[in-house]
Amino acid sequence: MPPAGPRSGDAIFASVERVNAELFTLTYGATVRQLLTDLEEVEEVNKQLDQMGYNIGIRLIDEFLAKSNVSRCVDFKETAEVIAKVGFKMFLGIAATVTNWDADGTCCSIILDDNPLVDFVELPDTCQGLYYCNILSGVIRGALEMCLGRDIAPYLKIVTDTQYLAFTKVSMKTEVTWLRDVLRGDDAYELQVKLLKQVPEEYPYKDDE
Amino acid sequence: MQFFGGSEISPSPPAPTVSGNNAHMVYVFNRNGVCLLYREWNRPLHTLNAQQDHKLMFGLLFSLKSLTAKMDPTSAERGNLGVPQLPGQGCSFHSFRTNTYKLSFMETPSGIKIILVTHPRTGDLRDSLKYIYNLYVDYVMKNPLYTPGSPIRSDLFITTLDQYVRSIA
Repeated sequence: MPPAGPRSGDAIFASVERVNAELFTLTYGATVRQLLTDLEEVEEVNKQLDQMGYNIGIRLIDEFLAKSNVSRCVDFKETAEVIAKVGFKMFLGIAATVTNWDADGTCCSIILDDNPLVDFVELPDTCQGLYYCNILSGVIRGALEMCLGRDIAPYLKIVTDTQYLAFTKVSMKTEVTWLRDVLRGDDAYELQVKLLKQVPEEYPYKDDE
Repeated sequence: MQFFGGSEISPSPPAPTVSGNNAHMVYVFNRNGVCLLYREWNRPLHTLNAQQDHKLMFGLLFSLKSLTAKMDPTSAERGNLGVPQLPGQGCSFHSFRTNTYKLSFMETPSGIKIILVTHPRTGDLRDSLKYIYNLYVDYVMKNPLYTPGSPIRSDLFITTLDQYVRSIA
């Protein structure tokens, strides 16, 4: 039984089963390679990787919540910190830092100090437009979309006509883009996470059902 | 057994003697209110069809959450009764007890709701619900062939859940 308080990323990383890092890196590499062969267009590969990440993210969030004991975040700033400090540590064993907040606290950068996905990788001339790690941005996008924020009142559309059934739930729509990528000659990996809006969802049942 | 209690005040059911027969049923809802899993072990009385029953349970939790937050004496931020309550906003209840059953409830930030109905004398089940959430993650969410949002058909999950619930209540 896990302890009551939130657990640190290190503690979780130490306690879960892991696979050999090289196997992981090479498997991911083989996946990207196959996508390049199948889809031919680099831009399509970027999209596909993002979509794959998204599909992982919407599942991964539950594992994250179950293992980390993290409860609800007060605002997007806390959310970003949790992703960087607990999420990346727990699943990839790497540390990440959050910087470059904009004035309204809806956009920030997550900087990866190390990136296990890119060992052995060099981008050839034919793949210059490829975001090799685009799966990561998809994961973050998917996970946040499933997650309920708290600091949402300003964004909320309240459905008042069906009082009892007026039940909305909010998820975060985000846009995640790569600002810097070592494979493209930059000095670090920088992911920009931008909170677009928090979307209310309506109560699933109707009165007359 | 009469549904509306009759003239005398209905007493609590006898204290559990044999372990493993004290859990009545479990519900798992996802964030969209879809009942992913309903499982009953000991439920002599059914008054509604399955779909209505799930809807009623979902509605009960929603109303109770709204009421408990409205009555919260410690918090300034409280919505109007009946107006949508945001998950994570205000307080939330984790169980209630009647003279005939106890309902334990957990909601995760991703919107998964787990409800366990047991004998009224069962103790605190919050850790057990967390454990069930872990089972859900391991056996359902991690299964690549499971489509998120569809009813849970995993035999492995259901068997493990049965065993676990038998061991706690």
